[in-house]
Formats: sequence, C-alpha cells, structure tokens
Amino acid sequence: MYGNRMKGNTPRVAVVGAGMTKFVRRAQETAKELAWEAAHLALQSCEMTLDDIDAVVIGTAPDAFDGVHMKSEYLSDGCGGWGKPVIRGYVGGGTGVFAAIQGWYHVASGLFDNVLVVCEEKMSSCQPHPQAAFLTIFDHTTERPLKHNLLWIFALEMNAYMNRYGLSKRDIASVSVKNKHNAADHPAALLGDRDITVDDVLNSPVLAWPVQRLDVSPVTDGAVALVMSASHEARRVTNKPIWVEGVGWNLDTAYWTNRDLSYPVYVEEAARMAYDMAGITEPRKEIHIAEPYDPFDYKELHHLEGLMLFDRGEAPKAAADGVTQRDGDLPVCPSGGLLGVGNPIAAAGLMKVAEIFWQLRSEAGARQVPGNPRRGLAQAWGDLMQVGTVIVMGT
Amino acid sequence: MILRHRVAIVGAGWSGFRSISPDLSYKELMYDAAVKSYEDAGIDPRRDVDSFVSVGEDYHEGISIMDEYVPDQLSALHRPVQTIAGEGIHGLAAAAMQILTGQFDVVVVEAHSKASNVLTLPYVEAFAFDPVYNRPLKAHPIYVAGMEMLRYLAETATTHEECAAVVAKNRANALKNPSAGHPAALSIDDVLISGPVAEPLTRLECADHSDGAIVFVLASAETARALTDHPVWLRGIGWANDTFRLESRPWGDARYARAAGEMAYRTAGIQSPREEIDFAEIDDTFAYKELQHTEALGLCPPGVAGEWTLAGGTASSGAFPVNVSGGALGQGHLLDATGLARVLEVVLQLRGEAGQRQIEGVETGLAFGWRGVPTTGGAAVVLGN
Repeated sequence: MYGNRMKGNTPRVAVVGAGMTKFVRRAQETAKELAWEAAHLALQSCEMTLDDIDAVVIGTAPDAFDGVHMKSEYLSDGCGGWGKPVIRGYVGGGTGVFAAIQGWYHVASGLFDNVLVVCEEKMSSCQPHPQAAFLTIFDHTTERPLKHNLLWIFALEMNAYMNRYGLSKRDIASVSVKNKHNAADHPAALLGDRDITVDDVLNSPVLAWPVQRLDVSPVTDGAVALVMSASHEARRVTNKPIWVEGVGWNLDTAYWTNRDLSYPVYVEEAARMAYDMAGITEPRKEIHIAEPYDPFDYKELHHLEGLMLFDRGEAPKAAADGVTQRDGDLPVCPSGGLLGVGNPIAAAGLMKVAEIFWQLRSEAGARQVPGNPRRGLAQAWGDLMQVGTVIVMGT
Repeated sequence: MILRHRVAIVGAGWSGFRSISPDLSYKELMYDAAVKSYEDAGIDPRRDVDSFVSVGEDYHEGISIMDEYVPDQLSALHRPVQTIAGEGIHGLAAAAMQILTGQFDVVVVEAHSKASNVLTLPYVEAFAFDPVYNRPLKAHPIYVAGMEMLRYLAETATTHEECAAVVAKNRANALKNPSAGHPAALSIDDVLISGPVAEPLTRLECADHSDGAIVFVLASAETARALTDHPVWLRGIGWANDTFRLESRPWGDARYARAAGEMAYRTAGIQSPREEIDFAEIDDTFAYKELQHTEALGLCPPGVAGEWTLAGGTASSGAFPVNVSGGALGQGHLLDATGLARVLEVVLQLRGEAGQRQIEGVETGLAFGWRGVPTTGGAAVVLGN
C-alpha cells in the first residue's frame, strides 16, 4: 500500500510483466530488434499483446552510442510504439530507473491503463570503444579540451570517497567479486564468474588510478522491458502484481568540479522523495532488498550510503562482513548488477527494476534471496555524477 | 478520461525569436525565458516548483546527455529534473501527467533552440535515418519532405499555389508579431519562384531557423486558481507515432497527427473539433505540412485545406485562423521548441495578450507540433479559458 505521505488519491500502479535480452558485448541484432525481443518477452510474461498496450515509454542513453539522431523515433516501432503515444525520457545513466518512474506517472495520471516501458542500448556500434562518445558529455568550452573520459572523472570521485573515509582498494574490491559471483546465476549475464577473487580485482590493469579494469562494468548491448498497469488491469492480469510505492529523482549542478564528490547528496534527495511517497521512515528496516547502481564497485557503496541504508563511510565494512551478500541481512545487487550482468546503460537500470520485480514475486530462480522479501528498491545514477533516480516497490 | 479543469498554464516566458543570437548562450536564453515565466506566474522557483521538465535532443545541442546542463539556469538544483528527448509538446504532456498523479502541484517545462550554433544542420539531421537501410543513400534529409509533398499533392489534388499561399499568409502574420524572426510580405509567385530544394518543395516553403527559449509554469487546479485570475486550462492532450520506416509509411497522410488529435479531442471531450475550437497553431515546418496537418487534425475534410487557405479561411481575419503567430515559417523553426512556440501563441491569444494580432472572442485553441524529417511523431494540445 502507499504510505501516508502519498498525497490525495493517486491511482495505484503495478509492474505486471518483465522481459530482457541476453546482455552481450556485441549483439548481432539491430537496436530495433533488441528492443522488440525484450518488449515481446515482457508482453508474453503477462499474456498481453500490443493491442492491450495504451502507450510506450522509451529509455535509451546518448544518441552518440548508436550514432542515431532522435534515437527514440528510430526505435519507436521496435519498441511496439506503432500508432501509439510514444515518449522518451532521458536522464543520462539514470534513465533506466527513470523509465520505470515515467511508466508510473503515465499510468498514475489516469490517462493510460497499460504502458510498455522499453530500455535499449547498443554500445558496440561505437567503434572502437564507446568511451570516445563520452568525450561529448563535457562542457565544450571549459572541459572538453582536456580530452578526458569518464574513467578519469570517476577516478577522482573514487579517490575522494576513499580519502574521506580512509578506505582501501581491498575494501571496495569485494563488491566486484560479490556481483560477479551473483551474476553467475543469471541466465542473461555477460560477466558472471564464480571463481573470481579480490586479488584478481586488485591485480587487474590500472585504467585511471584508483580505477582498475575489474572495478568497472563492461561495455554491453541489451534491452529490458516492463509492463506497468493500473490496479484494475493489474489484478485482472496477474495474482502477483508488484506495486510501485514511491518514486524519486533529483539533479545536482552541472558544475561538478565545485562539489564534494565523496557523498552523493542528489541520491539522498531522490531517496527521501521516494521514501516519503512510500511512507518509509526507517529505510534500513523497511527495505528488504536493494539494487543500487554499480557501474563501478565503489559506486554500489557510495549509493548505499546516499540511500541512507548505511551510515556514511560504513558501507564498505558492511560489505566485507557479508551483510550485502544474497543471504545477508540486506541483499544488494542479487542480480549481479552492472558489474556482473553487464551495463547497457539505460537497459541496465531497468534490469534492476526487473530484478526487484522477479525477486518480490519469488521468480528469481537460482538468484532468489531467502526470506520472502516484501519490499525492494532500485536506483540509478548518471550525468556528470549528478542525477539520482529511485523506485521503491512492494508486494 | 476528461481533463477539464485539472491542469493549467499559469506562467509563460520566452526569449527571442531571432535568426541569430550572438549575444546570448543557450543557457542565457533559457535563463531569460525562465525568469520571465516565473515572474509571470508569481512564483519563487526555489520554493514553489515541485518538478522540472526540459526538452532537448543531444545532436541539436552538440552535447551528449543534454540533461546535465539544464538545472543551473532554471534554478532547479537538487530538484526533480528530467529531460524529454522529443517535441516540446511531449514535454508539456510529461509535466501534465506528473500533475495529474496528484503528487505534484507546480511543474515547469522548458525547451529552446540555438540553431544558429549548428553549422551543418542537414548533416546532423541525416543521422536520424535508419543507419542500415536509408542512411547509405547519403541524400539531403529534405528529400523526404519533397517526396511527401509530391504524394500529398497527388492524393488530395491540392495545388502548389495553395501551398505557397500558406507561406504568404504566415510570413505576413509574422509582421504583426514582435517575437517573430522571419516576417515578410511575400506574394504566392515569390514563393513559387524561390528555387527548388527538393522538387516540388521550394526554398521559401521551408521554415528557416530561429534561436530562442520558452518556459511554461503548469499548476494543478487549486494552485492555479490561487496563483492567477486567468489560468489557461489544458483541456486535452495527445501524442502518437506512426511507423518510422520510410518503406512502409503512408506518404500522403499524416496518420500520427490524426492519432495525436484524436487523443487530444478524446481527453478534451471534444466531438466536433471544427465547431468547438476557435483557432489553431499547427506545425508548418514546410508549407504543405500545415495543410496536411490541418486535414489530419480533422479541422477540414481531406484535400480541402489548400483551397480554404487560398480563399482566406485560415487567415488571421478568417473563419478559423491558423498560425496567426506567423508559425514556424514566420517565427523561425525552433528545433525541439517549435511546438511550444505554437502553444505560446495559443496561451497569449486566450489571455488576450497577443497585441496587434489578437483575435477577438477566442475561448479554445489547438496547438500541434511535429518532430520534423524523417520522423512520424507529433503531439497536440487543446487549451481553453
């Protein structure tokens, strides 16, 4: 149920179906084909067809990856949008979780009963490596001439986080190991690995100190889709709807160089908005399972603190103590996350929402966390270390 | 679901529209429009706004992840902010949906154009084509409009003169609009002999670009009534895509406009748009598009918009004025903000603030935006007093 802070009589919205493609380094399928495969699987999972769908929400990150301008127009028919209202929301790396938020407000507005949410990313089109496309995210006057890339700025952020709390690389590397272990149980994962160790991470090549190769999620192609429905439709379609209880999103200044990078205050603001809406006052007791955004291992810890699930600087210790393992007190990224399943930007965020859906329905197979979790959270992050997007869902 | 009296536009601000703006960056254009809009609505953005929606496409900006560079100049730091990569009216729809959930009282929508910064716009637009099937043709993107116009003329028996009359009308209308970037007194012959761009389309039948920014403040019913004595109500909204494939789309018929219009009329409870709507601002990126869209939106039967225009029916003094602002042809095409320029004129007319071009006694207006070649996406909104 909605918490006491959800104002007025906002219609309830549920996730009723989900589907995803395999996450791979270089897909043979076109972007449209990937999008349709995920959309088709999501529809099939709740026995719907496109005729049941009233509107389509598309999420996909920079057009520069595919080299396609107005990418949602190109993707629209692949996403099932022919003859339907189609809209693309876009908040950089936060897009995947935001697409689900956008699906929520489509339905909660009362305008639509059933909405198909599709996130697609085909990073392999960018040759030889999509890092080159990221050069264009920087301010054209003040930053782009430096010719730096994302690894460089996240190395700054990781350093700031480690220095503030006196963390070691070893404290952080355990996240990468946990997530790649978890991903070994995910049938769609790119980098599942049961045998990887902390030493493997610490001995991997340095990319931009302190970021090493195994601290980072891989370049990936893939697509994920959800079906979201109004309550009367949801109850007709399934006896296990997963309700959206709260959503939040928040954006910080573009002048990232002027900020304290050791704490993601925008994630905290987004989480407060979502918790307020869900009526959550003690997130550590009331959230049973979390999928924070983990494109880098330190980001999972950083985000757990921003989500107020751990005190500042305390998440690494909790991770080392096994609290965030699949059978720990707070399972974190039981899917395997971006580090294990892969990181097709927008699709990776929506994969996290899908994982919460599957976990809360006890349909996660070998990845299922014990103890019948009743409420979970997915979060994504993006732009210039700047945006947080949060969704809280429950049974 | 009928939207009546649930969401209103309570603030409007804009900067421009001019063919170049060397004195202002895109951020300054946005700031200028935002300050005016907040002042118009009588709100403090730091205190009163629950959410912000910005509209923009990366390739138009020359920036990947446009969202990054939005919050500062809108006074939106540490607030819910999102980008819509779409038409300006898609952004309006996103803001309206947020308010309709009941969780948000005041939402701001922004879109802008700094087209004068883009030195190679046709090359940028060419990246919108299907990369496998169509882009290898290496054709100027406007060929799609030329082929579409040819098909539209053939299917509807509309004449080239009737298309040219749209240009003469809209650019003359722009003479009375101090915010228009491309006003001109032109004859139909001037348009016809202006030189072919993609047969039969001529140079003056294609909207030139302008720079500018537009910001609206939207509010829920209760808040709208508290903020202003003259809220402009969002009566209905709709948007739709046809197939993107060049190989399978209907070239003569703007089905996306028909579907968007039908949804807007349905949510407005409008049965007979021609009788229940007083005037319209309709996408005229190319002259024939105004005619094609007017027909698809059900404002006249197919094939009739051309002769209606030539006879003055859609003139500012006609029975059903279309693009009294000057449209994109007269104001300049504003990239992703073009649809919001159409909405802006409807708002000003309904408020009685349209100056020399004010149409007397209007109560209900329609705005329609299209995403441009080679897309088949559009969005419509019905506004009323």
